[in-house]
Formats: sequence, structure tokens, C-alpha cells
Amino acid sequence: MSLSLMAGASASLLPKRAQAATDITVLNWQGYGTDEAWSLKKFAETTGINVIHDYYSSESEALTKLHTNPGQYDLVVFSASRALQAISEGLLQPVDFSKVPNAAGVDKSVAENPNFNVDGKGYAVPWNWGLTSIAYREGIPEPVSYMALADKQFENRLCLMDDGITGVAMAALMTGQDINNPKDLGAIKDVLKSLKPNVKLLWSTEDQWNKAFAAKEFDISMFWSGSLVRSKRNLKLPVNFTVPKEGGMGWLAGLCIPSSSTKAVEALAFANWLMDPAFYVEWATKVGAPASVSQTIMDALPGDDLSRQFHKPEYLKSMAVMSALPDERLQAFTDLWLEIKAYYAS
Amino acid sequence: MNQNAQDVAIPRLRARRPPLPAWISTIALLLPTYAWLTLAIFLPLLAMFAFSFMSATPMGNRPIELTYRHYLAFIKQPYLLGIGLNSILIGLWTTSICAVLGFIAALALVRTTAGRSRETLLVLILLPFWTNALVRIFSWTMVLRENGFLDNLFHLILPDGGSIAILYTRYAIVVGLVHGYLPYMILTCYIALLAIDETLIEAAASLGARWWVVLGKILLPLALPGIVSGAVLIFIPVIGSFMEARILGGRVGVTMGTVIEDQFTQAFNWPLGASLSFTMLAVVLAILATFSGVLRRGSTM
Repeated sequence: MSLSLMAGASASLLPKRAQAATDITVLNWQGYGTDEAWSLKKFAETTGINVIHDYYSSESEALTKLHTNPGQYDLVVFSASRALQAISEGLLQPVDFSKVPNAAGVDKSVAENPNFNVDGKGYAVPWNWGLTSIAYREGIPEPVSYMALADKQFENRLCLMDDGITGVAMAALMTGQDINNPKDLGAIKDVLKSLKPNVKLLWSTEDQWNKAFAAKEFDISMFWSGSLVRSKRNLKLPVNFTVPKEGGMGWLAGLCIPSSSTKAVEALAFANWLMDPAFYVEWATKVGAPASVSQTIMDALPGDDLSRQFHKPEYLKSMAVMSALPDERLQAFTDLWLEIKAYYAS
Repeated sequence: MNQNAQDVAIPRLRARRPPLPAWISTIALLLPTYAWLTLAIFLPLLAMFAFSFMSATPMGNRPIELTYRHYLAFIKQPYLLGIGLNSILIGLWTTSICAVLGFIAALALVRTTAGRSRETLLVLILLPFWTNALVRIFSWTMVLRENGFLDNLFHLILPDGGSIAILYTRYAIVVGLVHGYLPYMILTCYIALLAIDETLIEAAASLGARWWVVLGKILLPLALPGIVSGAVLIFIPVIGSFMEARILGGRVGVTMGTVIEDQFTQAFNWPLGASLSFTMLAVVLAILATFSGVLRRGSTM
């Protein structure tokens, strides 16, 4: 009791300035890599920088927090679909990549992703990624195109993801269109309707997908790469993953520095730490992490690592990254998907 | 003066002052409930009603305009009519099956059991209420699916029989809903049947009425209020249910409940979700109004 009181007193007696200089605040999802206690301890020992966390439960909440608490945060994790909005709202500052040597292992096509770059300046250190593509039961020949989903051999054996954005994006790839802004919604509707004889069910949670796949309810499906690694590693489901020739639908997450932060140098030191193979491999093997955008890190993972097997570097280069959609387009996609679902149900 | 004198003379009587007027105690007893309902149901509902006339979800800094266009959804998106009809049909099927099963179960409880065994049976009926609805629904997927419990049992008896799996069909949704809502019907019927005077049945029997006459002329009409309140309690939530449809319905599990849920969680279009909810509410109220007239006439006969 008295000990902790004393500790509290001495902490408040420390010169404020010195303490402030070594504290940075990170804004992220809870349990998403930046807040691993073992890593923070080591980071503080090596650099003298203390990392404090605040969490969000949606990226729009993160935007609100940045707007309402300027100066509060020093590092924030954004996906490509939100980063551009944050940049355009003036919430982020350009990254000085000379302070992040570990970002050298990132492929140029990823580092220059238009969601992270404005006017030739990079506003995010790309960190990790994943994609939605085809998962299929072992023993089935590897599908080479999304058109395989409409194949007669999968009659009543297809499971789609119950999400309008993904549904439209998949159909956009099948019809050779931009996944974020397809021009011909009629063609998308037609191709989705053509899947009806094959559609057995729609999944909305990973758990539901796992249960139905384990019960052999379907053989082929659209699925998240990260979930697939878990299904295979933890549940030993007999499932394979492939990205057909049209490419996958991907997401990217990046480490960004708020424009109101005064501790960009310290924050970038932490970003560099998060891109360090030593940290990332431990995170991936001990806790479980999404695939890293750094080839150096992926190469450092054990050869039999499932995440490494299913997140091939060529997928990262060929995938179309999902961007943020304007309200009207989001509504149009959702309405279209609803119409398709009503058609499947009829 | 006289009054005062009396008060002083018999102070003990003060404790037994004449009771407060009835309306005061009624208000005092109802106030907590109504205050709670106002706070927890009426105000959010009012907010949702206001949302349903907005052009966008009132979050962030987007400009909001007033519009009634969300109420035209059923006209602009005609496929919604099919979904709405599907929901109502599922509601009617669920309510009807619950009414038949619930009435029979309540009758068995009231007529053939007494004392401790009746209490035990009542508790057993309430058991489904003690488990999480999601757990109940997932259990049904294991029972109803291909190579599930039911399918395997059937194949033990008839190895060459086809599959009787009904998972991912409308039947599966109705099965899950009936399981979840049956206790309401049993309880309301049980209470109605319990109130029937035993001597009525004895009199009917002594006049030579067979069991089906007793059932049709005495038990059913007198238990009708119980069936009606059970039906209302079941029909309304079933129309808006979405979990059962999502998990048990597979491809056909598209109901108004899931559509409204999608508007809130996926499209982030609260106004449309709210307007669809209020449209459905109006339809349900209209159905109930129609039926309540018919049923009231029936019960006063």
C-alpha cells in the first residue's frame, strides 16, 4: 500500500518534460500487434520510449478521435480504405521513411499504393495485409478463375460471403471491372444471378463458415485469407486457398503519424520496431499475426508457416485493394446485393 | 373541531387512516413501469422514427435533409415485397404451429397433472428460455443438417431412404422459431385453461357431451383469449427475427429482419432500416387489427 503510494508520489515528482518526451500514444484496434506486453517491455528497454494505448472499435471512431483530440496521438493504424480519407481531412503527416529502415523490405507497388500516397508523399508505413479469395475443399482441382464458382460441378455446393461490397467486388473481377467503382452494374447483377443454382448458403461469421465447412455443407467459397489460416491451423479443416487469375480482393493496413503529433521521431522508431523481423516473427509464431507486407519478414517466418504459404508475394502484387466507397455507391452495392439475395431466396 | 377532538382522543386510529383514492395508488404502482417504458422504449423508438425521415445517418458531419423517400422503398425496390411476404408467412406458420402445440401441451398440463409433477413439467417447458438463443439455433443446425442427428437416425431405420435434412430451408427456420417461442403460447394457454371452472366440464359430461364437444364448445372458446395473447406475443417478434433465418435459412434465409439488420450493420443506412421497421410495424398492426376483430367476435359468442 505505502509502497505504491510512494511510487505514485515519486512518479509525479519526476520532471514532467523528460517523461513526456518518452511517452507515445498509439491508437489501434485492441490486440492488434502494437499492444503486446512483451514487445513493449523490450522496446522501452532498448529505446527508453514508453508506449501507451488507446483503442477504437471502428475506423470511423479513430477519425473522430483524431478530430476531437488533436495532439493526443502519435501513431495510428489505418486500413487503405480509410487512410485516404484521413489524409484528405488533414489528419496525417507525411512519413520520413529514412527513420524507418525496416520498411525497405516492402515492395514498391505496395509502398506506392494510391490510398497511402498523395502528391508523391507517403503518409503510411504499410504494415500488413490480407485478401478475400477462393477457399476450396482438398481434393478438388484448383480453380483458375472466379468463373469456376458458376461451374455445374458445384451445384448446391457454393457458399458466398454475405456482404454487398465483397459480392459486388467478386462479380466485378468476374466481369473484368474495377472492384471499387464498377461501371456496368447490370453485368454484375447478371453474373451474380447466374450463381443461383450453386449457392447453398451465405456466411457472415468465421465461426459459421467453419461449422458449415466441417459439416461438409459446401465445397467452395469466398473466404478471408487470415480466417483460412486459423481454420487450417486451429481446426485442421481440409481446405485449400487460391487466388485465381483475376486477382484477389485485398486490404492493407498502415502505420500513420497524426499531423498533430509532436513526437513523430519516437513514433517512427516504434513503427520501425513493428516492422522489425525480430518482433514480427515472434508476434506471428507465438500470438498469430496477419501477413506482413515486408518480404524480409515473410522470408524470416518458418517455411511451414501457413500464413506464409497462403500469402504469396505475387498475391500481394496482383490484388486489387478495397478502397473507401462514397455513401451513394455503398448504398447502391448494398441494394444490389439485397436484390440478389432476394433472388437467391425466391 | 369535533374532528380534531376525535384525533386527539384516539391517536391510534391515525395509523389506519382511510386509504388513498384508488387513482393515486394506481398511478403510483404504474409509474415505475411507464417511466421505464418511456425512457427505454418510447424515446429510442421516437428517435428511430425521426431518423427514418433523414437523408443520412446522423453521425459525423454530413449535412442532413428531411425526406420521406425511404418510405418508398417497397415501391422502388419491389423485391422487398417478396421478402416481406416471406416474413409474414414464416410468422403465420410459426404462430399457427405454436398455437396447436401450445394448446395441447397446456391442456395436458391442466387436465392430467397436479401438484409437484405439474410444477416440474412447467419448469421443463421453460427450460429453453434458460439457454442462449444462439446456442439453441446452432444446436438445431446439428440436428437438421445432412448427416445430422435426425438424418442419421432416419438412415438407421431406412438405410436406402433419401436425405430428410431440412437445414437451409424455410422449414428449418420455422422449426427454430417454434422451439424458441412455444413456451409463450403454453404459458398463456395454461393460464387461460386454469381459469376454466371444472364444474362446467362435469356438467357437459353429465349431459352426454363427448370429449370433442367439450373441447370445441367449452375449452377452446374459453381458452381463446390465451391463444390470442400468445399469438400476438409470438407473431410480432417472429416477423422481426433475423438470427434464426440467417443461421438456419442458408440461401432462403432472407427476411425483413435480416434486411433491416443489414441496413444498420452493413450499409450504415439507419434511416432506411428505421423506415423499413416502421413500415413492417404498420403492416403487423394492420394484421392484428383485422384479426383482433374476428377473434373478439369469436370469443364473445
